[in-house]
Amino acid sequence: MTRVHDMGGRFGDGAVIPEPEDEVFHAEWHKRALAITLASGALGQWNLDVSRHSRERLAPMDYTRFSYYEKWMAALANLLVETNVVTADELSGRVDPVPSPLAGRAMKADWVAAALAKGGPADRPSSIAAVFEPGDAVVARRPAENDRVPGGHTRLPGYAAGALGRILRIHGAHVLPDSNAHGTGEAPEPLYAVVFPAAELWAHPEHPNDEVVVDMWQSYLRAAP
Amino acid sequence: MDKQNALVQSGPMSHDHSHDDPHALLPSDPALRVKALETLLTRKGLIDPAALDEIIETYERKIGPRNGARVVARAWSNPQFRQALLEDATAVVADLGFYGRQGEHMIAVENTEAVHNMVVCTLCSCYPWPLLGIPPGWYKSDAYRARAVREPRRVLADFGVTLPSETAVRVWDSTAELRYLVIPRRPEGTEGMDEEALMALVSRDAMIGTALAGTP
Repeated sequence: MTRVHDMGGRFGDGAVIPEPEDEVFHAEWHKRALAITLASGALGQWNLDVSRHSRERLAPMDYTRFSYYEKWMAALANLLVETNVVTADELSGRVDPVPSPLAGRAMKADWVAAALAKGGPADRPSSIAAVFEPGDAVVARRPAENDRVPGGHTRLPGYAAGALGRILRIHGAHVLPDSNAHGTGEAPEPLYAVVFPAAELWAHPEHPNDEVVVDMWQSYLRAAP
Repeated sequence: MDKQNALVQSGPMSHDHSHDDPHALLPSDPALRVKALETLLTRKGLIDPAALDEIIETYERKIGPRNGARVVARAWSNPQFRQALLEDATAVVADLGFYGRQGEHMIAVENTEAVHNMVVCTLCSCYPWPLLGIPPGWYKSDAYRARAVREPRRVLADFGVTLPSETAVRVWDSTAELRYLVIPRRPEGTEGMDEEALMALVSRDAMIGTALAGTP
């Protein structure tokens, strides 16, 4: 297992509770939390993978007890201090805030539509050639850990570690989160959709024909023996 | 806190490093916590509250599951559109103006008699924002993230959906920047209905794969 966020396949969580489609937010502060997070990201001091990793790095006790947007706020506060965008004393209110040299980058209301519409594609040219084709049998890396940085970010879920699957489709080359979350470059490499029979992942699959598809980077995979 | 927990908390776990994390410097009440961050970042000139209002307005009023429903209704109505969507969803939905944050790489997966598709993000909450908006609470819940991959049929039962045993479930775990849109099966008795009428049968949950399309 990687960290507390890696919960696919875990037992004991109880029912999923459906909710109406028009219920976008459940509290006013949820809206502000979402917007503050997006606007802070637009300052350009971290990338999406760093931001995901900052949530996963919350102490397991905090990750578990915090609601969704509480996790976002806690991870954002940590990131803001780690990147020196704010100081711990400013965060605690012990000192008055000092105007930031990044203030010129603050998102203005009339930039919002364009900024959200622009997005941030993750596909890149790569010098690493794809070595697998659709239909190829592959085995996912085990253990499901970042093989570059101890305890580092990875998008390889624990439940798929060591499992035998086959390539379903090739997505082209994409930024490798295991590198990009740690300031060591985008390191793009081929990305695949890999399909696993449920029986390969679980001792008691619900149905013999069910499957799980996981997007996996080439370095997560080796050819099946 | 019961006695057992009190003992645990006063033991070695009280040295858990979370207490040293910067976020612990903020008020513990979530609403106050958000307010404190917003005030601090505004005073430093890093965020503009008017921009926050605009972001909220965008996801409350402008970008939501009716975008995805339009794509599905058109795929049901127009075979060429459906084919193009299945081949290159990103380009096709961008032509309709649906592109942007959390929807840079789109894939449409079609339900058939043989296969029912369902989408999850076990590691966080990845979701096709330009087509479906902000994910619902249940999509982000531990229960859905934990259970969708292991027991999708029991999760479907929580939504009141039972699939025939001839239908296989294929669950897509969104671990990369690909965002998946489920094209539900077109219900019977909808021949001759126009795109607007068909859209009304396409719920958000049907496009995640936890519901079927509605019937007229």
